[in-house]
Amino acid sequence: MIEPITGRYAHMNIEGRAHRVYFEEAGQGIPLLCLHTAGSDGRQFRAVLNDPQILKSYRVVAFDMPWHGKSSPPAGWQGEDYRLTTDVYTDLIMTVARELELARPVVMGCSIGGRVVLNLALKHARELRALVGLQSAAYVERYYDAAWMDHPEVHGGRACGALAYGLMSPLSPEPHKWETVWHYMQGGPGVFTGDLFFYQVEGDIRDRIGAIDTQLCPLYLLTGEYDYSASPRDTQAAAAKIPGAKVTIMKGLGHFPMSENPDAFLSYLRPVLEEIRKS
Amino acid sequence: MNIERLPELVNANAAIVRWGRHMNETFMIEVGDEQHLVTVRAGRIEKLEKGPFVMRSWAFAIRASRECWQEFWRSPPAPGWHDLFALLRRGEVKFEGDQRVLWSYLLYVKLALAALR
Repeated sequence: MIEPITGRYAHMNIEGRAHRVYFEEAGQGIPLLCLHTAGSDGRQFRAVLNDPQILKSYRVVAFDMPWHGKSSPPAGWQGEDYRLTTDVYTDLIMTVARELELARPVVMGCSIGGRVVLNLALKHARELRALVGLQSAAYVERYYDAAWMDHPEVHGGRACGALAYGLMSPLSPEPHKWETVWHYMQGGPGVFTGDLFFYQVEGDIRDRIGAIDTQLCPLYLLTGEYDYSASPRDTQAAAAKIPGAKVTIMKGLGHFPMSENPDAFLSYLRPVLEEIRKS
Repeated sequence: MNIERLPELVNANAAIVRWGRHMNETFMIEVGDEQHLVTVRAGRIEKLEKGPFVMRSWAFAIRASRECWQEFWRSPPAPGWHDLFALLRRGEVKFEGDQRVLWSYLLYVKLALAALR
């Protein structure tokens, strides 16, 4: 059996630097751009990219952010610290959409991706058909020191994997949980920590989300009940400030719904994508 | 919840022992005011000692109330009580001592403690 997914590389300038970005895609129709979590890569969306029902009406695209998965860091990386910020992340997503010629895409992001869709709603609502935030929180306080995951005396892969493991639901299927852990164990040194700079330090968007206009661009927020990082309470607190945001709490799922329990996640996602398609 | 079963449950589980096979450390688990020292040799729990202790050393300590551990050890645990870092975010647990050692063996420690469920 060969999956319908194809993977290619696109060359583009991001922040004035040349990047070679890996992306996978499948299906035809409305572009659906998928954003992976901090320290992982586009493989998290393997089930969405393989779902016949979604592929009938959507062109699903999942790219690896620079420094992640098969997208290498830019030339000169060896002399700098990787640190993600709101502006860089937002610009990256819009650049990828433009370069891949995705016309008015739906953007769906998880965790850091679930945070940045809130900024996309503020800055680019007119260019996007709809936004889907998975595990969206407007802010998560720094309750542990992520610097330990980028420390020469701690194995980064094992430490990042251990962190990701606990964010999942104890009810999710073991093979999918451990595949999700594996993706984390493959991250480059300092990359997860660099993403968390956006998530835990720079990307606090609480004061601004009240200005989101869901009439311009519908916003769906889906959160797994076992997530303690972007918990249901965090998502509901964000949604309370955004008139028209539609919240679904996904029973039995954790921080990586699309990857830790694909079947359960798809049962929540398909109706949302149907609603977007019909709107 | 019976912490005395920790050595038996961990040592019988090769998949857990594997994640700790380079670990040779003693750490403390505090359940309310009850202290336990866990000595790990090559991933196997060699000794589980119950306090009180006088002038004993340990690499790191994980301290939480009895009620917190009861929630953590429930099977299945409720959302927000299912992981050591979930307990950390809700302010129910304290990690003390050498954080480097804890981070080095974090997956092992998580799996070992969850074995009591």
